[in-house]
Amino acid sequence: MHPFFTQSGRLGVYLLGWIPLTAILGGLLMLAGGLSLLEAAALAAPLGLLYAFLCLSSWYLCRAFPVDSARLLATASALAVASIVAASLWLLSGTTLAWVLALLPAFETLPDRLQHAGPVVFLLGVLLYLLVLAMHYVLEAAEAARDQERRAAELRTLAREAELQALRERLNPHFLFNSLNSIAALVAVRPEEARSMCALLSDFLRTTLGMSERSSITLREELALAHRYLAIEQVRFGDRLTMAEDLDDSAFDVAVPPLLLQPLVENAVKHGIGARLEGGTLSLVTKRRGDRISIVVENPADAGSEKPAGAGMGLSNVRRRVAACWGDAGHVGAGLSNGRFRVEIELPARP
Amino acid sequence: MPSPPLGAVLVDDEPLARSLVRQLLAAHPDIRILAECANGFEAIRAVAETNPDILFLDVQMPQLDGLEVLELIDRDAAGRPAVIFVTAYDQYALKAFDANAVDYLLKPFDRARFDRALERARTRLAAGGGPVALPLAPRGMPLARVVVKDGVTVTVLPVEKIDYVKAEDDYVLLFSGGRNHIKKQTLASLEDALPRERFVRIHRSYLLNLDRLARVEGSVAGGSMAVLIDGTSLPVSRAGAQRLRALLGSP
Repeated sequence: MHPFFTQSGRLGVYLLGWIPLTAILGGLLMLAGGLSLLEAAALAAPLGLLYAFLCLSSWYLCRAFPVDSARLLATASALAVASIVAASLWLLSGTTLAWVLALLPAFETLPDRLQHAGPVVFLLGVLLYLLVLAMHYVLEAAEAARDQERRAAELRTLAREAELQALRERLNPHFLFNSLNSIAALVAVRPEEARSMCALLSDFLRTTLGMSERSSITLREELALAHRYLAIEQVRFGDRLTMAEDLDDSAFDVAVPPLLLQPLVENAVKHGIGARLEGGTLSLVTKRRGDRISIVVENPADAGSEKPAGAGMGLSNVRRRVAACWGDAGHVGAGLSNGRFRVEIELPARP
Repeated sequence: MPSPPLGAVLVDDEPLARSLVRQLLAAHPDIRILAECANGFEAIRAVAETNPDILFLDVQMPQLDGLEVLELIDRDAAGRPAVIFVTAYDQYALKAFDANAVDYLLKPFDRARFDRALERARTRLAAGGGPVALPLAPRGMPLARVVVKDGVTVTVLPVEKIDYVKAEDDYVLLFSGGRNHIKKQTLASLEDALPRERFVRIHRSYLLNLDRLARVEGSVAGGSMAVLIDGTSLPVSRAGAQRLRALLGSP
């Protein structure tokens, strides 16, 4: 459906623009065919209106042939053919109309005189068609620019949201207070470990805070952050949390928005492994296949267990950010199989 | 006067959190650690087997949380074991005191705070007949699961798995998939805690999970019977029939 028909205001403006064009048509008919003012008006008004709508069809052409230098020749010939066909149709309608009007005694000689003006009308038809086509290209380009701006804005909002969520997680009792409690437990008996836990925790907090200023980081940095987080959780969980990793270093330089993986890793620990008596293994796999990379976060989950509240929050944020960043080129899949909950992110590998 | 030795059980799913309590208890030679537990199930078994005076109880634990553990352990008339909650969350404090806990330690805490909690426990135990444990006040949200205990075996029943509940004096019998579990609670208090849109009191002695209802039949005696999907028939009182009609929206 042409956008003008869904936004009636724009159709009105467009039709107003056709009034002077129709006047030009009338003038040309008078000059080239020697029509009287009345004859020119009787012919030009319906023809102008008809062509205004006929030319809207160029929108589909504009959609089918986006500006692309590689197909310049094909595009140019398609546009030329389309404008010739449209102008021919227009002239044919004009002639038909002239014959119909000729039934009235006052317009008897109209078809004859229109024939003289034929080439001029045809030429005008081609020009008008190309003019409307050009207008469509301009409108499409403006629309695309607005779209891109909107997407960029959405991306910024989502990044801020993730950052806020990450910050809240940093400052929530579950993580920070329990980590501090672990340090309190280590201080007297294993002071060296207490010191390293302090360093880990500070490092982690500092890194997440610094990330907020950047719009994209490398996968390597994101994974390093996940490692710090998991090292802290491992101190808390002890034997209940084990790690399995298979990281493909050819994927490390791919750019990702900061804290993209963090919600997934936190969910896997908090709602996956933390909810099980015996704990389990969190696995983190990155792979590169040609120009795509895949990142998999997997944790054991009890099939029957009800979905813990809040588990979906992190995942939906990741989904929205991937969609905002990569559109259809990015993909997030999540599901339960063989007693394990698995989230896979697939992205184009762009540094 | 030296106080009599006291036995303690430590419950926390984080080993370091247990270690901290253990370290702080080392300064109190009169307190002996009877058991350390990493989850609620172990805690219930340990309490039954060792009969401790003091229970250090974490709230957030996998599958069976500290409040549910407290609901399932037997406390004697003197309120023994005295329960000290140890948690990083402050939002359970009210419920903990409703359940007559002695103290509520927020992680991380220092020695002075820990010793104060212990002092309160000693005082409570020395007083002998402290206030008897009250049943847990209903939580703000409807229950998502019901915990029951048979000896030291704990069963966690998600509410959607409960077919119906029958009152037996001061106990309730929970029927689930052809098995039943007994729990010391009144039917009225359980009815209050369960989600109202799912469970309906069809009779003075019966609470029915609406999802299990196949049809309602008139019986020869004049009353009506609720027939469940598995074929079980339960009596429906006149008031129960009205409640059923209201929930099912039929005339």
